[in-house]
Parts: sequence; C-alpha cells; structure tokens
Amino acid sequence: MTDAAHLRPKMIGASVPRTEDARLLTGRGAFVDDRKLPDALHVAFVRSIHPHARIRAIDATRALAAPGVAAVYTAADLEDVVPPIRATSRMSGYYATPILPLALGKVRYVGEPVVAILAESRYLAEDALELVEIDYEALPMAIDPETAARPDAPLLHEAAGTNILLTREFKRGDAEGDIAMAPVRVKGRFRMRRRTPAAIEVRACAADYDAGRDALTLYAATQIPGILRDALAQIFDLPGHRLRVVAPDVGGGFGGKASLYPEEILTCLAARQLGRAVKWTGDRVEDLTATSQAFDEIIDAELAVDSQGRVLGLTADAIGDVGAYSIYPWTAALEPVQVVSFLPGPYRVPSYRGRVRAVATPKAPTGPYRGVGRPVSTFVIERLMDMAAREIGIDPLEIRRRNLVADDEFPYKVASGLVWDKSGFHACLEQACAAIGYDALRARQAEARAAGRWFGIGIASYAELTGIGSRISAAPGMPINTGTETASIRIDSTGAVTAAFGVAAHGQGLETTLAQVVAEHLGARLADIRIVQGDSDAVGGGTGTYASRSTVLAGGAAIRAADGLREKVLQVASHLLEAAPRDLVAADGRVTVVGTDRSVTFREVARAVYAEMGRLPPEAREELAVTRNYDPILGTTSCATHIAALEIDPQTYIVRIERYVVAEDCGRIINPLIVDGQVHGGVAQGIGAALYEEVIHDENGQILTGSFVDYVVPAAGDIPPIEVVHVESMSPTTLGGFRGMGEGGTIGAPAAIANAVADALAPLGVDVFELPVTPARLFRLIANAQARS
Amino acid sequence: MTASRTITVTVNGRRYERTVEPRLLLADFLRHTLGLTGTHVGCEHGVCGACTVIVDGDSVRACLMFAVQLDGRTIETVEGLGGPGKLNALQEAFRAHHALQCGFCTPGMLMTATDLLRKRPLATDDEIRDGLSGNLCRCTGYEHIVKAIRAVVGPAPSGTAANAATDD
Ligand code: FES
Ligand code: FES
Repeated sequence: MTDAAHLRPKMIGASVPRTEDARLLTGRGAFVDDRKLPDALHVAFVRSIHPHARIRAIDATRALAAPGVAAVYTAADLEDVVPPIRATSRMSGYYATPILPLALGKVRYVGEPVVAILAESRYLAEDALELVEIDYEALPMAIDPETAARPDAPLLHEAAGTNILLTREFKRGDAEGDIAMAPVRVKGRFRMRRRTPAAIEVRACAADYDAGRDALTLYAATQIPGILRDALAQIFDLPGHRLRVVAPDVGGGFGGKASLYPEEILTCLAARQLGRAVKWTGDRVEDLTATSQAFDEIIDAELAVDSQGRVLGLTADAIGDVGAYSIYPWTAALEPVQVVSFLPGPYRVPSYRGRVRAVATPKAPTGPYRGVGRPVSTFVIERLMDMAAREIGIDPLEIRRRNLVADDEFPYKVASGLVWDKSGFHACLEQACAAIGYDALRARQAEARAAGRWFGIGIASYAELTGIGSRISAAPGMPINTGTETASIRIDSTGAVTAAFGVAAHGQGLETTLAQVVAEHLGARLADIRIVQGDSDAVGGGTGTYASRSTVLAGGAAIRAADGLREKVLQVASHLLEAAPRDLVAADGRVTVVGTDRSVTFREVARAVYAEMGRLPPEAREELAVTRNYDPILGTTSCATHIAALEIDPQTYIVRIERYVVAEDCGRIINPLIVDGQVHGGVAQGIGAALYEEVIHDENGQILTGSFVDYVVPAAGDIPPIEVVHVESMSPTTLGGFRGMGEGGTIGAPAAIANAVADALAPLGVDVFELPVTPARLFRLIANAQARS
Repeated sequence: MTASRTITVTVNGRRYERTVEPRLLLADFLRHTLGLTGTHVGCEHGVCGACTVIVDGDSVRACLMFAVQLDGRTIETVEGLGGPGKLNALQEAFRAHHALQCGFCTPGMLMTATDLLRKRPLATDDEIRDGLSGNLCRCTGYEHIVKAIRAVVGPAPSGTAANAATDD
C-alpha cells in the first residue's frame, strides 16, 4: 500500500449494479441449452421405473431403427470404455460405491439412467425411448433407512456387505454421564424430510468434439467445471489441455449442480465415439427424480441444562438416508456427517457425543444442498434450546443469551472439533431482537393468545464454517482439494484487465464482486475489468463454486494477485514518470505521482511494455500478469440470528409469516445489495424446507413428487418481506476480512419457523419434531394434541 | 405424425414464415427455430413461468402452446424489450434493485410484469406478489423483484406497502 492509498475510490462495500445483468435482462444470456452446436445429436435417457431390480435383458433394436436415431448405448457397450469412478475417502469402514453412466446389472433408484438414445433432435430421441424393452426382475428392498440399516435388510450394493456406507462419531467429555446427572433434560426424535435443490434451470450439458485435435469441450450447467474436468480426464485418460469444461451462464445450482453426473460422462463418451457434438437437456421430471437430493435425516437427540438453562451435555444419534450412491466427489458423508459435527451450534457445550450412520436406500443420491447438514443440525439444536427454555420457564431469547459463546471466548473450539473464530454471535442475537421489536412482539403475542389465536415467535441462532481452506474436508481424503483458489490477473496490450479464477458463478454475481475487489486493489476502473470464471481453462487447477467459498477464497486470491500486479504496474510507471514507485499511486486506471498532476494511464503503461519499442529497458518489459493462490487453511465463521413471527390459520392450517428478520455477520461486505439478495433467497429456500418442500416416496419406492405441482417450490405470495441487518465484523482469519454467506439464509430459516410454529401451538401442547410442517402435518399434530387433552 | 405446416408469426415486430411440425412447442419454436433463446424453459408443464411470453397482448406459457397455434398472431418476448445498451424502465428497475441472480427466471418475470403493468393498478405489494404467483424464482426470494416492480408503478398508497426492508 502506498501512503496515498486513501485516494483510491472505494469499490469494496459499494452496491454497484451487476455486470451480468445487461445480458440476462435482455435475453442475451448464454445458458447451456441456448448454445447451438452444429450437427449436434441429442441424447435422451431411458430411466429406471423400479427402485431396485435386476436388469435381465435390454432390447433396443426397435429404438435403433426409429427415425433419426443414430446410436443407442447400454451399460454393456461401456464396460471396457468407461471405468467406474468412486468418491474415495479414508474414513474407516466407508464403502465408495462405483459410479457409472448407465446402470450395470441392476438399477438402484427410480430415475436412474439405463439406456441412452442419441438422435437428430430431442423430439426424435424422446420418441424412441418407449421403443426400448427392458426385462426387469424386481428385487426386495428397504425404502426406509432404519429398515435398510438392519443386518438382514436386502443389500443395494452386495460388495459393501451392508447398506451402512459409513459411520462416524464425535465425542468430547462424558455426555451420557453429564446428562444422567443433569436437573433438566429435553429430548426428541427429529426428522427433516428429503428435499431437492430445484434450480429453475434444469441440468443440461453439451459436448463439442474436435476430431482434428481429439479434444473435447463440455458445456455444462454445473457449479464445478474444474472438478468435472479432472474427473472426466481421469475417466477418459485424456490430458487436461484436451478436455475443457465450461459452465456458461448457469441458472441456479444450490448444490444440485455440484456433483459429477452420469449424463455428463455419457455425453462426453458419445461425442468422442460418434465424432459429433452431443447435447443433453434434462427436463423437470428428470431433475426432480435424478438430481442430487438433500437432508433426509432422523436424529435422536437429548440436551441437558442446569436450572439456569446453561447447557451441560448433548447427545445425538443420526441416521442419514443418503440414497443409492456415494456421490462424486463429496461422498455420502457430506450431509449426514455435517449434521452431527455442527450440532453443538454456536453454544458452549461442555460435553457432546454425536454419532451418525449413512444408510444407502433405493432413492436418488443425496449430495450438497445449500447449507449442507447445518439446516438440519440447527433445526435440532434450536428446537432443543426452546424446549429447555420452556422446561425451566425462561424466554427463548434468554437461554440463547446464556449459552452463546461470548465475545471474549473466541477462538472457541466446538465439541466436535471445529473452531469458531471471532464473530458476532451475541451482536446478531441482540440486533435481530432490536430490529423486530422483540418485547413488543411478545406483548402482541400475549394479546393474540388471549384471543385464542395461534401466533408464534421463533428464534434461531447458528454459526457455520465458510471459506474453508485445505485443512478441513467434507470427507477425509476425498479426491479433490476444496481449500485453495487461484487468481490470474493480466493487463493486455490495450490496457484492459482480465482476471481469471477457478470459481463458477450461478447467480452469485461473482463477475461483479470479484471485479470490485480487483478494481480496488489494482487501482483499475471497474469497467476495464473482465472476470473469467466458470471455465476449467481459466486457471491451472480450480474446482468451482460451492460451500460459501468463492468470496473468501477467490476474494483472497484476487487481493494477492491484484496487489502483486499493482506493484508491477508501478514499477513500469516509475520508468515512464521518472519517479520512485513509492511516490506513485494507482487509482481509477491511472498511475499518478503523489502530489502532482503527472500521470500515465494503464493503457499507456501497457503500450510501453508490449508495443513501444525502446520505451523501456529490456529487463523492465515483463508481462503485466500475476498469478497467486490463496488458502485460508481453516476457513472462517459466519453467523446469524433469524426471528420469525407467524400465525396459523385455524381453518386451513396455512402458516402466514408476518415478520421475518435476519441479523447476520458475513464479515466485510463487498456488495451490500448482493448480500441482501443472497440472504433473501436463502431464507426463501429455508421457508420452503420448513413449510412446503418434500420429496416423497411411497412404500414401493416410487417417487410421488415428480412435478412442480407435487413438489411445492414457494411462490412470491408464500415468502414474506425479509428484513436484513448486517453485523459487519471483519473476519480475523481471512485475507480481506470476508466471510462466506451464500448459504446462511437456508440454515436459519427452518429452525426459526419450526420454533415459531411450536411457540404458536404451545398452548395446545404441540411440539414440532418434523419438517416440513405442511398443513396436513399440522392438522394431524393438532388433532392428536386435542385428542390427548 | 401429421404433416408439417407453414405458419406466419410476428415476433417482436418482425415477421417470420417457417414450416414446422404440428407438435413443435412454442417455446422450442422461439428458442431453436428462431434462435430467440431469451425465453427459457424450466418445467415444460406450465408451473414455473420461465417460458412466459405475450401473445396478442396476453401473457401465455410457451411450453403449453404449439407453434402452429400461433399462425397469424403476434408474440412479444424478452428480446423485444430494451437491448443491453438501452434497457427499458422495467429492466432498469430490475438491475437497480438486484431483482435477478442467476437470471434464468428473469425473462419470464419480465414478461409477466410487463403484462401486469399494462393491465393492473398494482396498488399494493400483495397485488404484485399475487400477480407473480405463476412465476417461480429460486434465487431471489422475490423481495427485490417486488421492489423493482413497485419502483416502476410508483409508491404504494401509504399504509398498503408491505414492511419496508432495511436496504432501501
Ligand atoms: S417452462 Fe413453461 S411454465 Fe415452466
Ligand atoms: S434469478 Fe435465478 S431463478 Fe430467479
């Protein structure tokens, strides 16, 4: 930093409108299906109609003869060509299921791809689907995870010898002993039902094959182009420079586009074998049945507190229903293990034991979904906190005040081994209460109650780990490094700045926020900066965007690379301006000698380096480019408190959310408008999880929620206005002070709403142990309670 | 399969004559026959609203109509609003209020909003939310979309606006 750094306009912290918007608002975006690849074949998949069945025979002769059909693939055609890929891990006793593009030998969930048909158009490919005859032999199965976990249950993967793909345990102190001695104990069996990310753009991919170079470019609606490139390079044994994965404009992800999918492997394979471009555009039924799903845990948990409400101990036994496969690259550990590792939450929990089993069932695999594990762990611990508060007769606000880790206790080591760095646990709680007018709201509730109305207030506080560095992984020894990010920034001969990253935005506005960081640290004009992302060719090694990592990791890498490049620019400018670099300041695309009006533009600097012969000594003509990595090692803590006030209609059992406040600490904010948008969207998804969204299988393993009529995504009228308060405390551990914040909204909302619903129905003696609390569930809960009394 | 038919349609003021299969969906016709890929497809069963376009002055779902039904009719799509260098007032408001994230639902939202703005007073935010009830957005939580439309309509009569959020 030069002395005159304060002269630079502040880009970090400004609500600048997004670079992305002009194209997206005018229909000029470029999503995968928008791309027209010349002479492309379209692929459609025959998918399993059985949850668990042996494939006795497949007859595709009629399909192959259908109009426009160019090729048909079954697993038999791929056996020597596509080796299975596995999400490996060092977890003891873990079984990594083999993942193949088409089901081999048997099918393990309804919707699993079995046959691929390639035809001249999507219509013709779909026409031929029904001409394929598959002879299935239905196999016994256990659709319920607890049944599937029994030793005598029918096996989904015989080679595993069990349906339990992994078990893990976290332990500190003697939780059982502490609980047994405690004066106050609360417990319950909690259940968070299965859901699905449901991005509005369904998954799609298109492989463009360049036969002359034997090179493949896969355009994919994915969050992880770098991970896909590496996985596909391994499968096809290709060097990375002949395999490029591009995630162009991507229509939302939320985790559903953050894994390797069979369709992507098949599309690449077919393009190479047939020597033509191949495109797959999924439909909503395929999305709702075969995109990775989420949650689906049963948790028996018990919390003990002393007579003042201070936590003494916590235990939990969780079963995660992870579906049919251990998803690549995250493994089946991802969701259920985080449930138990985050269960102690932002509280002082002296002793803890959390145990989890991930159980395979004949359903679509679960994978990352916004919040991963934490929406469920927060639901459980926040419900237990409210139950304990009620038990000893204190306000839910008070029990949180007494148990949240205090400002002077950071860094705080959580019972499960995570570490919270200093962040605004108490500040979020207090500011959320202030914003919603907590005391006045309680007074209103008392009036409403007196009038017999079902009005409730729910609080949820949580902490999460974001911007996770290389020291922490979703599953120990998984096949990728999620903890490092690269920024490669270059000024070209026209003075324009191109900054390339391994991240892959799908709505977060990274083309804008990363440009803000680069502009401020390089001293360039925002308009001169182009961000390249969503492209495996952008940097040597990248993964993508998931786990609230991009601001922290890419932001940190951007700071390092931009600072380095600014030094280079100043060095060149010092020749041109005949002044020492320390007397120069770069701002707004111009280098100025401090205290004078002598300056050169970035463009002049670039021309001196690249174009003007003899202007600089030869040794000063280094390319204006810098590449730097950033690894936050552990990551940083983000936290929030959500408060919901709602009323339940006694006739329809519809829940109407009246107020919703979020006070959140995401560290230093780059673009407040974008942060608000992320919080709103996250809360809306959390409201979906609390009240509406549920993937339902019947006892025969058939999925009943295969359309947007049956799988209810909240609409505008279902989501209240959301008030957001920013508690902006710089992260002490990350470069730039940023904390991740893309997922938080979804973590807090289910718990806040569950607590508010339980609070509304407290006079009836109803408690909430299961989400979503749909009107049908509420009706049953209330009817049961009324029958009891 | 019935024989292909030749249709003439006017899209965003331009006349097109094309020969199409009777089963070709309007959404596919716009996207793949005419190359107007701004109209998106999110469900193909009439629920998400991503495919919303305006036909003869009324918003319709392009995934629920066949192109042949459009013979002789007039269609407005997102490409007919302002271009990247010259956004119209609604698009400008979406940008200023950050009413889009991934942008996938956005063309449908804009066309629904265009239709609403022409036909309804939108006096309250509830009326805006009600008008948007056939368009799903998974990213924004709708709040900024409501604000953007509110900004175009003008302020709600006092007392009718929903709670002000903190980021005004
Ligand atoms: S694509 Fe037409 S309504 Fe969803
Ligand atoms: S902005 Fe992504 S679905 Fe609306």
